[in-house]
Amino acid sequence: MLLADGRLPAGGYAHSGGLEPAVAAGRVTDMPGLERFLIGRAQTTGLIAAAFAAAACARAGRGDFSDLPDLEAELDARTPSPELRKISRDLGRQLRRALSSIHPDPRFEALGAAPHQPIVMGVAAAVLGLAPQEAAMASLHESNSGAAAAAAKLMPVDPFNVHAILARMTSRLDTLAAQAAAAAEGPPSDLPSTGAPLSDIAAEHHRRRDVRLFAS
Amino acid sequence: MHDDHTTAPKTRALRLGVAGPVGTGKSSVIATICRHLRDEFALGVITNDIYTDEDARFLKSAGVLPEERIRAVETGSCPHTAIRDDVTMNLMAVEDLERDFAPLDIVLVESGGDNLTATFSPALVDAQLFVLDVAGGGDVARKGGPGISGADLLVINKIDLGPHVDVDVDRMVADAQKARDGRPVLPLSRKQADTVEKLCDWVREMHKTYAGGDHVPVDPGPMAPHHHAHDDGHTHRHD
Ligand SMILES: Nc1nc2c(ncn2[C@@H]2O[C@H](COP(=O)(O)OP(=O)(O)OP(=O)(O)O)[C@@H](O)[C@H]2O)c(=O)[nH]1
Ligand SMILES: [Mg+2]
Repeated sequence: MLLADGRLPAGGYAHSGGLEPAVAAGRVTDMPGLERFLIGRAQTTGLIAAAFAAAACARAGRGDFSDLPDLEAELDARTPSPELRKISRDLGRQLRRALSSIHPDPRFEALGAAPHQPIVMGVAAAVLGLAPQEAAMASLHESNSGAAAAAAKLMPVDPFNVHAILARMTSRLDTLAAQAAAAAEGPPSDLPSTGAPLSDIAAEHHRRRDVRLFAS
Repeated sequence: MHDDHTTAPKTRALRLGVAGPVGTGKSSVIATICRHLRDEFALGVITNDIYTDEDARFLKSAGVLPEERIRAVETGSCPHTAIRDDVTMNLMAVEDLERDFAPLDIVLVESGGDNLTATFSPALVDAQLFVLDVAGGGDVARKGGPGISGADLLVINKIDLGPHVDVDVDRMVADAQKARDGRPVLPLSRKQADTVEKLCDWVREMHKTYAGGDHVPVDPGPMAPHHHAHDDGHTHRHD
C-alpha cells in the first residue's frame, strides 16, 4: 500500500507517465481515449516495470544482489529513450531517498548510484516483506494511478469517470502482476520486453517543449 | 558496494529558502546575494520551476555564479508540493550540490512563484525569506499568511517603484511589522545600495548563527487550508 501510494513523498507528482505528451499531440482527447491509453501503457511499459520490480524483489528477498547490474542493463535495453531512462533513474533515486528515510535498511545500499525506479520498488517490497507478485502489483498500481491523476490537470475530465476507469482496470492489473511474477524467476534477459516505441519518441519531443505542466 | 549517494553529504551548508508570489523578485534577490557574497561564501543555487528551467537560465545568464553551481528542479504543476509536502526532489538536489562542490557555505533554494500561502518545510531549508513587492499592492502585507508572518525575513522588494504605483512604502512596512510580531522586515531595492547591504548583513548573520550551531529552523506554519486538485478535476486558484 505504502509503495503504491502516489502520495509517497518521492517526487512522482511531477510526472504524467507520458499522458501530457499524448494529450498535447491529440492522441488522447476523451475518456475512452484515456482508458485506451492507460490500458496500452499497463500492458507494455507497465508490464516491463512490474516484471523488473518482481525480479528485483525475488532476488532481494533471497539476499541475492548479484543480478542487480544485469537487471539494470536489461531495463536500459528496454527503454530506448535516453530521457525516459534518465527519468526512471531519477525517480529511482528519489524513491530510495524517501524509503530509506521512512524505513532505513542496509539493503538499499546494494542498489547502485542511480538505480531504475522499478528495481528500487522491488528491493523496497522485499525490505517490507512483500512477495514478488505484490511488488509487481505495487508497480502497476502506482504507475497507473499516477498517470490517471495527471489527467485532471491535462484534460477536461469528470474525476468519477477517471476512477471508474481505474476500477475497471483492476482485474487486468492483477493478471499482469501474475504474468510479471511468473517471469520474475527466470534470467533477466528473458523478462518481458513489450515496449511502446511511441512513448519513447514522445518523451524525447516532450523534453524539448517550452511549455509543459509535467516533466514527463 | 558502498554508495555515497545514499548517505548525507559530509559538509552541510546553510540552506536558505526564497519564497513569494510570482514576479516579486525572488530570482533577483538570489542574484543580488550571489553577486555581493560570492567572495565571502561558497554558494550554490537550486531553482524550482513549474514549466521549464527558466529561473536557472536567468541566473546563469546573469553570470552571478559559475553555471554548474546553479541547478534547476522541475516541479511539475504544483510548486508548493516540492517545497512543502514532498521535498525529496529538492532535498536530493541540495545534497547533490553540497556533495559536488563540498564544502559549500550556503545553498539558496528558489521556490516556484506561487501564492501567499506557500512556505518551505523545515525538512528542506534551515531558514527562509519571503519576498513581496510594492507593485503587488500595499495591502498585501496586511493580508498575512504563514510566509508573511512566519518567515525568518520578510523582504518588501522594489521600493523604488512605490511612487509609481501609489504605494506608501512606509505604511506597507509598518503593516508588515504588525503582522510579524517582531520578526524582521526589510524594504529592498536593487537600486538602493544601503538596502542591499542590509540584505547581505542579514544573510551573514544567519550564516554565523547557523555555523555556530545556535540556529533552530522554525516552521512558519502550514499552508492555509486551500482547495487542492489531486483528482477532483479542478485546478486551484493561485492568488
Ligand atoms: N524596479 C525594480 N524592479 C525589480 C527589482 N527587483 C526585481 N525587479 C524586477 O522584477 C521582475 C521580476 O523579478 P524576478 O527576480 O524574475 O522575480 P521572481 O520572483 O523570481 O519571478 P518568478 O520566478 O517568475 O516568480 C523583473 O523584471 C526584475 O527586473 C527592484 O528592486 N526594483
Ligand atoms: Mg524567479
